[in-house]
Amino acid sequence: MELVVAILIGVLFTAAVYLILSRSLLKIIIGTGLLSHGAHLLLLTMGGLGGLAPPVISEGVTDFADPLPQALILTAIVISFGVTAFMLVMAYRAYAVHKTDDMNQLKGNDEHD
Amino acid sequence: MINLPLLPIILPFLFAILMLFFKENVRIQRALSLVGVIISLIASFYLLVTVKSEGVLAVTLGSWPAPFGISMVSDMFSALLVTTTLLITLFVVVYSFTAIGEEREKFFYYPAILFMVTGVNGAFTTGDIFNMFVFFEVLLIASYLLIVLGGEKKQLRESIKYILVNVVSSALFVITVAYLYSVVGTLNMADISVKIAEVGQPGIITVIAVLMLIVFGVKGAIFPLYFWLPGSYAAPPVPVLALFGALLTKVGVYAIMRTYTLFFTHNVGVTHEILMVVSVLTVIVGCVGALAYFDLKQIIIYNIVIAVGVILFGAAQMNEAGISGAIFYLVHDMLIKGALFLLIGIIIYVTGTSNLRKMGGLMKTHAPLGWFYLIAAFGLAGIPPLSGFIGKLLIAQGAFEAGNVWGSIIILASSLIVLLSVIRIFIYAFWGEPMELPKTKRKPYARMMLPTIVLVVLSVLYGVGTEWLIPYVTDATDVLLQPSIYIDAVLK
Repeated sequence: MELVVAILIGVLFTAAVYLILSRSLLKIIIGTGLLSHGAHLLLLTMGGLGGLAPPVISEGVTDFADPLPQALILTAIVISFGVTAFMLVMAYRAYAVHKTDDMNQLKGNDEHD
Repeated sequence: MINLPLLPIILPFLFAILMLFFKENVRIQRALSLVGVIISLIASFYLLVTVKSEGVLAVTLGSWPAPFGISMVSDMFSALLVTTTLLITLFVVVYSFTAIGEEREKFFYYPAILFMVTGVNGAFTTGDIFNMFVFFEVLLIASYLLIVLGGEKKQLRESIKYILVNVVSSALFVITVAYLYSVVGTLNMADISVKIAEVGQPGIITVIAVLMLIVFGVKGAIFPLYFWLPGSYAAPPVPVLALFGALLTKVGVYAIMRTYTLFFTHNVGVTHEILMVVSVLTVIVGCVGALAYFDLKQIIIYNIVIAVGVILFGAAQMNEAGISGAIFYLVHDMLIKGALFLLIGIIIYVTGTSNLRKMGGLMKTHAPLGWFYLIAAFGLAGIPPLSGFIGKLLIAQGAFEAGNVWGSIIILASSLIVLLSVIRIFIYAFWGEPMELPKTKRKPYARMMLPTIVLVVLSVLYGVGTEWLIPYVTDATDVLLQPSIYIDAVLK
């Protein structure tokens, strides 16, 4: 099971890197979304996917899931959701002001010498 | 007062929330931000004194037993940095009253500063590696707001890059924490240290150490990950730049120093060698950048990169002189970078440009500005008895003791380049034929000078009063060099 998820994470990272390296601003933001999905899945997998029972300690339960990665992933998801929302708004503003979403035209080193 | 380590985090947060209710009323916002920062500063001084008398303070939230709950730990190192952070924030806030403009003040400028300070102090204080990630995000999100606030063309363009770089490095942070968790099975920093010591740092932990260096190196702007810094930092107005330059990169430096003294101490031949080589390269590229530009902001921004290299070079020595030099230099650099950015902000206000070629002869019209700039410049370069001297002396001493002669020669030589780069500003801006100045009022100039002068004087006192600071820095050094002090305090 871990192996399958590891391959899935690898695919997500590959797609994310490809998208982040593209020129269109929107694709870059989607890329960061995929990147954080990959990171979150990795976080979940690293705790081990085993464990039959939910992480509630009760009589006779010995094989329960690790609760910590679940708590961490929740925090990380919320944060990346907020940052992505902020980025989308800012990208829209940048597009409205600069009239382009091509990163090549947003280089801008013109004013220092 | 068992919650004392939390006060410098919670108080700015509380005041920031209060300020959100007074969006249009600039006067109340100013008063609240001033009061909030001063109260937090008093709390942090009290914390500093308590840590000095009672040793490392640790609070585990929710009264869970130590490795399970989130620990907040104030040792001398973090208490010193928390206090310096609030001190700088105080001066930048007072400076902003005149410099930032009412439009930005009405769009949550002061709350953003205090939210950022919450994140910075939290990152300095936390004793839990995932909680450090959360506090990094708190300070980053506030810094995203600060860097883009105002919505100028250049700001929008540069903040996209700033956010993108930080989002990627945050994802890397999560990945690194995941790897670390899968190996040691704990997130509490003291507990991680114990577990790594038990298994004796196998190869995988060294890989994680290098990953951590990359994650924090992006935030702290080390070679070759500093590429985003010069462009992004030049975009926001000067008070924001002063905050970023004085505080944000230092959080990355702090995190590297903390992890490399607490976790990864069993394979120093690899990890600290990498850190040392990278820090020397950071100094060299910083020097090239500082000499390459004719733009005031860019010159000082590249000096941030140099300072990061110098501090990490000291930290990489792992002996008493090197580490205490790094701590001295870290606090010095926060103070002096704050002062220098505020000073060049005034120069830019007076001349209306940040291009050195269009300036000249300011000494005739603005003599005090020139003299205080000169003092700050000498302090940055480390001319005794000013503030940069003791740190650099100890770092060089530590490097010679550890046998890294070439590295320390490069560090010492970089002082000359630093001096040259800042004196170039002095020569171009203050000497020569006076240029036609745009009409500016004398009153804002005086109001901006006041906090700046006090900050410069403080940095001079920091240099002259080194003798009194040595006990504090010795305590901080002891905690970093003997992780057992930190571990015992947290795990009791």
